[in-house]
Amino acid sequence: MVTPQDPPGRQTPRWLAAATAALTLFAGTLPSAGVPAAHADDGTAGEGETLTIASSQPVDSLSPFLAQFLISTSIHRLAYDYLTNYSPENNEPIPGLAESWETSDDGLTWTFTIRDGVEWSDGEPLTAEDVAWTYSTMMSDDGAATANGNFVENFTEVTAPDERTVRIELEQPQSTMLALDIPIVPKHVWKDVDDYAQFNNDDDFPIVGSGPFQITDYQPNQSVTLEANEDYWRDPPNFDRLVFRYYSDKDAEIEALRKGEVSFASGLTPAQADSLRDEENITVNNAAGKRFQAFTINPGARTKDGTEFGDGHPALQDKTVRQAIMRAIDREEIVDKAHGGYAEAAGGYIPSRYDKYSWQPEEQRLGFDPQAAEEMLEEAGYEKGSDGVRVSPDGERMELRLHAHNDQPANINAAKIMAERLGDIGIEVDNRAVDPGVLSDALHEGEYDLIFTGWSVNPDPDFVLGIHTCDALPETPGTMRGDAYFCDEEYDELYEKQLREYEDEEQRAEYVADMQRILYDEAVVNTLAYPDAIEAYRSDQIGSIQVQPEPDGNIWGQDGHWSWTSATPADDESRSGISTAAAAGIAAVVVLVVAGAAVVIWRRRAATVEDRE
Amino acid sequence: MSGASTAGGATAAPDGGTRARRDPTRLLRYVGGKLATAAFSLLAVMLTSFFLFRLLPADPVQAMTQGRAVTEEQLVAMRREFGLDQPISQQFLDYCLGLLSLDFGNSYKYRTPVVELIGERIGPTVLLFGTGTLVAALLGLVLGTRAGWRRGSATDRAHTGVALTLWSVPSFWLGLLLIVVLASGIGPVPGLFPTGGMMSPGTSGVVDVTLDVAHHMVLPVTTIVAVAYAQYLMIMRSSLLDEKGGDYLTTARAKGLRDALVLRRHAVPNALLPTVTLIFLNIGRVVSGLILVETVFAWPGLGSLFYEGLEVSDLPVVQALFVLFAGAVIIMNLLAELMYPLLDPRVRV
Repeated sequence: MVTPQDPPGRQTPRWLAAATAALTLFAGTLPSAGVPAAHADDGTAGEGETLTIASSQPVDSLSPFLAQFLISTSIHRLAYDYLTNYSPENNEPIPGLAESWETSDDGLTWTFTIRDGVEWSDGEPLTAEDVAWTYSTMMSDDGAATANGNFVENFTEVTAPDERTVRIELEQPQSTMLALDIPIVPKHVWKDVDDYAQFNNDDDFPIVGSGPFQITDYQPNQSVTLEANEDYWRDPPNFDRLVFRYYSDKDAEIEALRKGEVSFASGLTPAQADSLRDEENITVNNAAGKRFQAFTINPGARTKDGTEFGDGHPALQDKTVRQAIMRAIDREEIVDKAHGGYAEAAGGYIPSRYDKYSWQPEEQRLGFDPQAAEEMLEEAGYEKGSDGVRVSPDGERMELRLHAHNDQPANINAAKIMAERLGDIGIEVDNRAVDPGVLSDALHEGEYDLIFTGWSVNPDPDFVLGIHTCDALPETPGTMRGDAYFCDEEYDELYEKQLREYEDEEQRAEYVADMQRILYDEAVVNTLAYPDAIEAYRSDQIGSIQVQPEPDGNIWGQDGHWSWTSATPADDESRSGISTAAAAGIAAVVVLVVAGAAVVIWRRRAATVEDRE
Repeated sequence: MSGASTAGGATAAPDGGTRARRDPTRLLRYVGGKLATAAFSLLAVMLTSFFLFRLLPADPVQAMTQGRAVTEEQLVAMRREFGLDQPISQQFLDYCLGLLSLDFGNSYKYRTPVVELIGERIGPTVLLFGTGTLVAALLGLVLGTRAGWRRGSATDRAHTGVALTLWSVPSFWLGLLLIVVLASGIGPVPGLFPTGGMMSPGTSGVVDVTLDVAHHMVLPVTTIVAVAYAQYLMIMRSSLLDEKGGDYLTTARAKGLRDALVLRRHAVPNALLPTVTLIFLNIGRVVSGLILVETVFAWPGLGSLFYEGLEVSDLPVVQALFVLFAGAVIIMNLLAELMYPLLDPRVRV
């Protein structure tokens, strides 16, 4: 039974040796770690300059008919052309695939002339037939209408009488005809697809397109790679390659930027922006945002045919109460405390970056004035009860529920401020920070009093204005398209007028201003702030980049592809990061230290075992 | 848990002994009983998964299209395509019929059969979690043996202290900390590892890909190991303590065996049993913790997929993953229960 034993401790060095070997293995892959992402790290990534962009969304689909996420539609802006585009300077529509267009007198027929000599990336010519086929397919096939069907809803027929002419017939005049955000796909590739609702366009690479870049690789949930199209009809891009890398955790994404693993990150919180501001080689771009943050007040949920539902507080059907709520809230305070100063106090419904359509109240009719708010409530008969909370004339206590998104720190903070300010005027608030799904359900069931909302606004404001028409009220509870049970005849008339006004832009802007005036005075839809779009890039990797609009615009999520086609690589001198030699040196030191420590521990342990025996 | 029930079965035997052990019908009944329980649990999981996720707030179509311009027609078309316009009883019937052919339907978000999505993601998860479990178990066994054998020593106190501290650390927080210190670098520490993902874009060639994936695995595996090894350590330590007073060890020592050999040859094999069971149960428990680790490190595995599915109420995805995760626990539990009598003669039927 007694067998010769191993010398004590012999096992230890074996696993230590393995650990050291493993460490050396990882250290061996180190040299790429400190090299800036703007360079091709090694031979495997191909030749030329690579620009790596962090994304906090995965790609949902590479089919332009299906893609719904901003990351996917942004990639489509690079890989496909559109009929028209938006100017990088001021968001005005400019020629795209269509070099010119004309409209019939009744506004029902639009004729576009397609640019000559444009080719698909497989060498086939791009003609009017491709455009007509793309639109017609969306009109006739539900699957193909998944993502952008709203743009063709009013189309009756699209034809291509010759190779360079596209004719679109409309049911009613439509002012958004130069804002059709639909990628044009190659008919010769797509006509053979069986089911547009299932085809994700990710089987064959490179993907045939006509944009400034071509999609060459896709690793689901990891990255999308695009190569520059040297033959692009506009100026070809300056970087040879774009890589969109997915990070599911925002803080990890910021660390990747800090390290230089990615060149660009967007959607930063104020805290993240502050932490990056003093970093060498990082530029923080604090752009005027496209979004507005708002809350809506339940004026009494009802369906299109007038059936009431939900359990909104009855006092909110009184316009005076809604206006008093607005007067009790200091938008500047929301900007400072909820958005850390990275926002602009809101007036009208359209963010101020859209000069043409933004509107501010001439006088602050509903500006911050708690005294005035209290007087309004007193006059309307809402007296304070013994506990300091007001009671409506029919005896209902003024206790309101407030739903805010629990995944948005700015919303949570704004809700706290609102609850406090409304408390000051005798309205008790039951402040609920909830999952977006819970919030959405409360809205659609009409079971809310005050609820947070926010929309991203396109250069053309048609859609965000359209969700407040009576037509957007639900057919049955739970099917509303908008975020408020708003319905006003005058507003609807103005909406129809602006939709038909495609020639006189000033006139259309006036209608839009009047609509915002109604929204402001009715106080059902209340904007609080226009949060900044905060983004950051490595100035040692990106030399210059186009913002939209100029000069204070954003880089990520532009209407157009200007940021990534205009970006230039930084000069070699300004590049930083740890050199390959330095990284290898550090790795060697780490290996030596670990190995040294291990030897010491092993010797000590061996000594104790011997001693014990 | 499994040990207790098995042992209970054994004591219930009329007279134990050789006759009972050799009775093949008893063994069959034991195995059959376990199989039936597992099958029943699995069925229950499949059925409840359908209703469980329908308790989630928000209509999937509303969640998917939130903040985008959509028309009434588009919403109706999407509901029809996902089958959400059908009454719930019809949806349930379709789900059950689908299950019979292992068809979990199509992901609402990715427009891809769920089975394909799972196929794509299971590899990365098994790689990450397998490596993590292996390293954590080995580390826990080695350190737990040391700590248990020298109970009360400074080594013991240090090991259990460190392990329990790490065990109580939230894995996503530890992961972020590792990213800040070891991936992006802080002060004199250089950034040595990638901040996330499984592979650098554009990597090709077997050697390069292997090295690159290994490089990307270091931090997530470290996170998993740091948090998980404590339980192996504690189990190993306590079962070794149970064995320590055993007469057979005194006998071994009396035969003149040295301490290290008594430990290795006699005490450890006996103390291993509970740990083996634990490893099995943990393999089944892929979901807990892994979801957070995968999310922090943007690891393209099942944990991330589940997280994304919950974000937009992608019902087919979360249903299927729930069945998969719960099924793994049930099957691994079953295996552990079936193996236990083989490993430990004391609980043999």
